Amino acid sequence: MEKIDEQFAMPACINAKSKPSLFCPGCGESMILKHLGGVIDNEKMQTKTTLAIDIGCTLLAWNYFNFDIIQTHHGRSVPVAVGYKMSRDKRLVIALMGDGGAYAIGLQSLLHAAFRNNPILAIVINNTEYSMTGGQMAPTTIPSEVTSTSPIGKNASCFGPAFHGPELVRQIANPNAYIARGSVSNPTILEKMISKAIKNQIDGNFSMIEILSICPTNWKTDAKGSFEFLSKLENIYSLGEIIKNDKKDN
Amino acid sequence: MEKKFITGNEALVLGAIDGGAEMFFGYPITPATEILEGWIGKSLEDKNLQYLQAEDETASGFATIGAILAGKKAFTATAGVGHVLMQDPVSMAENERLPFVGIIAQRGGPSTGTVIYSQQEVDLAALGGNGDGLRIVYSASNAAEAYELAAKIFSTAWKYRFPTFLLSDGYLGKQKTTSEFKKPLKPYPSEKILKESVEKPVHLRNCFGSEEEFAEVLKKNIADYKEIISKVAECESYKTVGAEEIIIAHGSVAASAKTAIDELRLEKIKVGLVRPITIRPLDCRAMLSVLRKAKRIYIIESAFEQFARLVIYKMPEIADKTKKMFKPAQGISPDEIIQLVKNNQ
Repeated sequence: MEKIDEQFAMPACINAKSKPSLFCPGCGESMILKHLGGVIDNEKMQTKTTLAIDIGCTLLAWNYFNFDIIQTHHGRSVPVAVGYKMSRDKRLVIALMGDGGAYAIGLQSLLHAAFRNNPILAIVINNTEYSMTGGQMAPTTIPSEVTSTSPIGKNASCFGPAFHGPELVRQIANPNAYIARGSVSNPTILEKMISKAIKNQIDGNFSMIEILSICPTNWKTDAKGSFEFLSKLENIYSLGEIIKNDKKDN
Repeated sequence: MEKKFITGNEALVLGAIDGGAEMFFGYPITPATEILEGWIGKSLEDKNLQYLQAEDETASGFATIGAILAGKKAFTATAGVGHVLMQDPVSMAENERLPFVGIIAQRGGPSTGTVIYSQQEVDLAALGGNGDGLRIVYSASNAAEAYELAAKIFSTAWKYRFPTFLLSDGYLGKQKTTSEFKKPLKPYPSEKILKESVEKPVHLRNCFGSEEEFAEVLKKNIADYKEIISKVAECESYKTVGAEEIIIAHGSVAASAKTAIDELRLEKIKVGLVRPITIRPLDCRAMLSVLRKAKRIYIIESAFEQFARLVIYKMPEIADKTKKMFKPAQGISPDEIIQLVKNNQ
């Protein structure tokens, strides 16, 4: 029983006053934040962490943790994190955003932070759509996926195929970067990725994790349907480490 | 007092350093580029000065905010289309009361080639973005003042916590003159805005649960802004004693007006100048003390009505006796001003 309690206990760095959660029931983002908090606890990083978040569903995390959080605009958490990190180079600085912020309106900043090897951790939550605005097509929307702006299914010949952000960033990122894609379906691996990404940032390098997530509200799916669609996404968006900074592993 | 033979943009960089600036974020854009280059040059001599040439002005503005949150006196400089992009971070700074500092080297319109004479970025600096224009905007009219104000804007921003801008233009920025530079006052200190405490973490946001919650924040910000007007607003009166006619102008146009006034005075035409040093907020009390006595007033600017709208809205009582001269994105010579005044005698 104790073991179960431990497993389900909320990480200590989470702000109890942020409960009840502002996220929709079943939202993948609150799972991601819990895993992030767990790793921050394990790595004893709470006193060293600063979090920048975008507008979009990520803004609902504005008071989620007991460390400083700055809410910025769409796609702008990356440059805010870059400026903050330049000023406070010993801090763990995380930019949390959705797939629209990272790969559409804020792509330029994400690419250049990776290109310059700015030592920040970018976490991108990919649920294949703009969720806060009611489920519109995003670059990550997969071909034939129905959203409110692709009502008969995304036509890949007009709007492009599924957008592979980490694979794109890899093309221009510094070899010392850490870039990975995880999923809320596998929390153990996800926490390992977050842990490695944090260490790589502390070593002075850009880190990025895309996390495949579920959005039952806009997907209009129940629990089973949500994880079935997530499984489909995992076939399109391969999970794993895309740049793992092998030099440091050796 | 120290004499130097330098450009306006060089004066702006020196002023920022003497005002305590530590970090610069920018993107090359005429006529502000020499501020970026000049700062980078200085950073080679002083390792405490940091910079980032960002991917665009949106990023340089938001990175400026990141550094400010960490307690650094950070700033940016931009112009034209870059200034348009800059409204995104400036709106955030305005809403979250962040001491954002920017130098705006005004240029004409959205295109290139018209980068010398312009006062077309007044609206954008003062009232741009999706807020209510709770900003402080200075306008420099020569290199010595550019230096002085570039130092001052950091203290103003950090003391009152409103985004603060200094307007310049290509003519002022690129012209090299010998000027006397006054040592600036001791800079107002900066401090960490994110306190890095886990017991009392700072959660800064501009998202709200309801219109009413947001309205409370705005109500306080507007009240604070009104409160500081008398402490921040500045203007210069030039040869206004006994003047029957008054020119109102700012920046490079005001410098031109001074030359025109000197010549007109030789011809016994009693004309003077009221020059707002802050165009937002305006020092209406000081301005009106001169303007009320004037028989005729001229508002002159290198834009179409932008500065005039700010002035007339705040001082509607001068409207009936005011004549206007607008030359959008063009320089205004002393001869043109002399002619304007003479034609109205």
